[in-house]
Amino acid sequence: MSKIYYSPSHEYVKVDGNIGYVGITDYAQNALGNVVYVDMPEVGDDVEAGEDFGAVESVKAASDLIAPVSGAVVEINEHLIDNPRLINEDAMNNWIIKVELTDPAELENLMDEEAYKAHCATEQH
Amino acid sequence: MEEIKKTCLHDKHVAMGAQMSPFGGFDMPIQYKGIVEEHNAVRNACGVFDVSHMGEVNISGPDAERYVNHIFTNDVTGAPAGKIFYGMMLNPEGGVVDDLLVYKRGDNNFFLVINASNIDKDMAWINGHADGYDIEIDPLSDDLGELAVQGPDSEKIMEEVLGIACKELEFYTFKESELDGKHILVSRTGYTGEDGFEIYSDHDTIRSLWDQLMDSGRVEPCGLGCRDTLRFEVGLPLYGDELADDISPVEACLSMFVKLDKPEFIGREVIARQKAEGAPRKLIGLELADRAIARHGYEVLNDADEVVGYVTTGYRGISVDKSIAAALVDTRYAVKDSELKVRIRRKVFPARVVAKKFYKKSYKK
Repeated sequence: MSKIYYSPSHEYVKVDGNIGYVGITDYAQNALGNVVYVDMPEVGDDVEAGEDFGAVESVKAASDLIAPVSGAVVEINEHLIDNPRLINEDAMNNWIIKVELTDPAELENLMDEEAYKAHCATEQH
Repeated sequence: MEEIKKTCLHDKHVAMGAQMSPFGGFDMPIQYKGIVEEHNAVRNACGVFDVSHMGEVNISGPDAERYVNHIFTNDVTGAPAGKIFYGMMLNPEGGVVDDLLVYKRGDNNFFLVINASNIDKDMAWINGHADGYDIEIDPLSDDLGELAVQGPDSEKIMEEVLGIACKELEFYTFKESELDGKHILVSRTGYTGEDGFEIYSDHDTIRSLWDQLMDSGRVEPCGLGCRDTLRFEVGLPLYGDELADDISPVEACLSMFVKLDKPEFIGREVIARQKAEGAPRKLIGLELADRAIARHGYEVLNDADEVVGYVTTGYRGISVDKSIAAALVDTRYAVKDSELKVRIRRKVFPARVVAKKFYKKSYKK
């Protein structure tokens, strides 16, 4: 059974054991508009919670990806290379990187779905 | 901080659910449905933009022609009424104060359209260089709204939806007329590379024209997002990106709008020298093989990884399905088909120097 955690900068991590699937939320893809490029790290790279690990580019602008958790990249979503619009179609199921978590305690700093919804509501004014 | 300004259509954009964002001191619609849909509507049919943020000023009086020729790079001498000129106001160092359109309304009577972000600077510049000229300067930015109707179907939309006859208008000409008792100015101009019209009138008239266009269901409301992708693909400059106080029109490849056969205008000496000897930098087009996008301000590198310039605008082209950019580089590197590099965040990507007109304009001749 996987659980989803959210960051204030609109990334999510779906956790399954010690594996985390990191992507951007539906709220984020909607705010960005047409995604045209996803800048991803390479397999084997380390990402660190709170640090940027890539970017999602819409027609308008580049938006940094901030890692919600630390870990090693074990897989990148290669479908996004030729078809970045998958993020617009279904952001929650088109994760960007798969990470092996080094510190599961970091998850406690993230929000659950309810808290994240409240967070989005405060940004929309 | 100065308070953000609103155009006369602001409440309508908000009611229509547009994504709003500050541009040039105004809270403007960036997109309604989406930049790609709106961009394609203008290329293939008809899109309508609220461009009421643009500034306007009228210059008239016995010395108006002589004065306009003094502050403006193009030559308005003896032009027929109804003709429009594109050009720039330069500072004495040859940098661009603003790029603008000059509409010749009649003898010694000119209507200038300036960029929203430069309204205050331009008004100070225009007033500050009027000494010794018998002219009247009328700022009109607060009184006028402006719509841009753009795309191959524009002429039909103008005539059938708005009842404005404009078949006979040639590219870069305009006419003034009465519409339901209100004064309107209509020109065959735009900022998209497509055929199209721009309409200037008072706020009430602009609101009514906007409603008629929206109610017709025949046009796509468009935000400034696609205005930028459209203008960029056809190589039109945006002040703040390709033009600035420290960029000359020779560097921006706009020499054809600077008339050195005029005896005098501000900035003439520098431009004459740059035209003869070459300018230090030049605006080029870049095409990336990768999908990565080179955005404004990113560094351009040579073979030895030295910084030789910077990106002014970059997009994933919508009509041209490629990653494309314009960049201002050391003139030595402005060699077509040569290879340069662009630093995009932590990676460096190869980029080929190409013409900065990525997509062909379709103006009505």
